[in-house]
Amino acid sequence: MSSQRIFRKDFNSTTKIRNKVLTLLSVIVLLGFLFYADRNLDAYSVRILQNIAIFIILAVSYNLINGIMGQFSLAPNAFLAIGAYTSAIFTLSPEEKLRSFIIEPMIWPLSQISLPFSLSLLIAGIVTAFVALLMAAPVFRVRGDYLAIVTLGFGEVVQVLANNLVSLTNGSLGLKGLYPFTNLWWAWGVCIFTVFCTVRLVNSSYGRAMKAVREDEMAAEAMGINAFRIKTFTFAFSAFFQGVAGGLLAHLITTISPSLFTFMFTFNLLIIIVIGGLGSITGSILAAILITWGGEALRVFEEPSTFFGFHYEGIPGMRMVIFSAILIVVMIFARGGIMGRYEFTWDGLFHWFKRKLLILGI
Amino acid sequence: MAHTWEQILTEHKTTMLQIEDLHVSYGGIRAIKGISIDVGSREIVCLLGSNGAGKSTTVRAISGLETPQSGNILFAGKSIKGWAPHKIQRLGLVHVPEGRKIFANLTIRENLLMGAYHTRDKVVLRQLFERVYDTFPILASRSGQLGGTLSGGEQQMLAIARAIMSRPRLLIMDEPSLGLAPMIVANVFEIIKRIRDEGVTIFLIEQNVNVALKIADYAFLLENGVVSLEGPGYELIEDERVKQAYMGGGRSNN
Repeated sequence: MSSQRIFRKDFNSTTKIRNKVLTLLSVIVLLGFLFYADRNLDAYSVRILQNIAIFIILAVSYNLINGIMGQFSLAPNAFLAIGAYTSAIFTLSPEEKLRSFIIEPMIWPLSQISLPFSLSLLIAGIVTAFVALLMAAPVFRVRGDYLAIVTLGFGEVVQVLANNLVSLTNGSLGLKGLYPFTNLWWAWGVCIFTVFCTVRLVNSSYGRAMKAVREDEMAAEAMGINAFRIKTFTFAFSAFFQGVAGGLLAHLITTISPSLFTFMFTFNLLIIIVIGGLGSITGSILAAILITWGGEALRVFEEPSTFFGFHYEGIPGMRMVIFSAILIVVMIFARGGIMGRYEFTWDGLFHWFKRKLLILGI
Repeated sequence: MAHTWEQILTEHKTTMLQIEDLHVSYGGIRAIKGISIDVGSREIVCLLGSNGAGKSTTVRAISGLETPQSGNILFAGKSIKGWAPHKIQRLGLVHVPEGRKIFANLTIRENLLMGAYHTRDKVVLRQLFERVYDTFPILASRSGQLGGTLSGGEQQMLAIARAIMSRPRLLIMDEPSLGLAPMIVANVFEIIKRIRDEGVTIFLIEQNVNVALKIADYAFLLENGVVSLEGPGYELIEDERVKQAYMGGGRSNN
C-alpha cells in the first residue's frame, strides 16, 4: 500500500542513527578544528572565528522570528543591548564599578555584586527573554509593517534608556574594562548549543505551528493553534539566545556603550538572514560565516598591491563597494538567498551523491 | 442490547450545533440580524445565500473569529460564544475555511500534521494518517510535495483531509466548491457525504445550490442577514423562491 511506504520512511531507525552519528562526527571535527585554531592561528584569525560564532547565534535566533515564523521584527539590537549590559553589570568587579561610574555611582545591590561569567550569561539570557515576554503582549497586537515599526521603536527606547539610566548603565560613557572572558570555546560552545536547540524546536510540532502561522495565521488558528502563544514563546526563545550573544559580545570587545547597539546592528543581521535565505537555518549559518569572514577578506582591496605589473594604491572604503555589489548580484540571481527555504540534511546529501554517481554511470 | 430504541432515537436526534437569535455587526453595519439555526447530529445541514447574505459572517462567528453582539451559540449543549478560535477547535468544531487556506510552503504531510496538532499519541496519529490516505489516495502518493504545488481540487481535498486529522465532531465547510471544475465538485461532495456517513456532522455553506441541496438533509436560506426559508433539502430544491434566487429566474423564464 502507498500509505505503508510513507510510514516506512518516517520510522526507519537505521538512517536516523546514521544521521545522528554523522552529526556527532561533524561536531567533533569542528571541535578539533577549534583546538587547532586555538593553538596555531594568530589572534586576528581567532577573533574572526569568535565573531563568526556570535553572528551565527544572532542570525539563527533572529531567523527563527523573521524567517520561520514570518514576523518582521527589528528588535535584535535591543535584545543584544539588554543582554550585553546585563552580563557586563554582573561580571564587573565592585572596584571597577566604583572607578568607572563617575557621573553617578551605581545603585546599591548591583554595585557590590560580582558573578562568574557563566552565571552572568545565563542571567543575561533570562532577563532578555523576560523583557521579550513583557513586550510580546503589546507588540503582537500588530502584524507586518506595523510590527516592524513597533519593534524598531522598542530598539530606540532601549538605546535611550541605556543613555539615561546613568546609575545602571553609566550613560553614554558605557561600561569599560570588562574582562575578556569570551574565548573560542565559549563562543562556539554557545553557538553549537543554539543551533542544536533551534533545529530541535523547528522540527517539533511547535516549529510546524510557527511555519503555519507564517503561511496563514487564520488557517493556523482554525487548526487549533494559539497563534499569540506561539509568537510569544518564539520571541522569548529567540531573545534568550540574543541576550546570551550580547553577553558574549560584551566580553569579547570588553567595552560597551549605547552607540554600539544602533539599528545598524539589526540591519546587518537582516542582511545576513536574507542573504542566507529567510527561513533556512543552514542559510543563516552560511551567510553569517560568509559575511563576517568576507567583510575581513575584502580588506585586501583597501591595501596597496601589485598584480601583473599594475600597481594599485588601495582605496579606503573599497571593501564596502565590492560588498554591496556582491549583495546586489546575490539578490538578482538568487532571490531566495543562498539556501532559499531548504535545509541541509544528511539524507539530502546522500541523495545528491547517489544522483551524481548515477550521472557518472557508476 | 446496550441501547434501547428510545436511546438510539434521542441520540440520533440530538442537536450538535444550535444558534439562537444571533446578531453580528462590523463597524456599525449589521451583517446578521437575529438568526436561529439548528444542526442535527450526523446530518448535512446546508446554509445557502448569495454574496453578502451573511454566510461567511455566520461561520466566522461560530468558529470564534468574530464576536457576536448578542444571541448564543451552543455546541453539543455548551455555549461557545466569545471563545477563542483555537479553544473551539479543540472541542471538535473544525472549520474548513473558504478558499481552502492550505499552508502552501509546507509539505502535504506537514499540512496534515497541522490538523492533528493536538494529537501526541503516535498510534492514533498513524491511524488518522491511514484513514485520510485511504480516503484521499492522491495525498498519500504526494505526501512530500509542497501544498502549493497541488491543483485547486487537490488543495480542497487537502483542506478537508487536514480538518479530518483533527478528529472533528462538527465540520464547517465554507464554500468547498468555490473555483472548482464541475466534475471535481461532484467528487468533493461525494467525499462530504462519505464523511457524514462516518458519523461527522457537517455544516455546509454553499452558493452552488443545485449540488448542495442534493446531499443536504436540511437547509437554511439566508437573505440580508435573516433566515428567509428553511426545510429539508429535497423540499427546498423544488421551492420557487430558491429557484428564483439562484437558477436564473426558474420557471418564469420558460
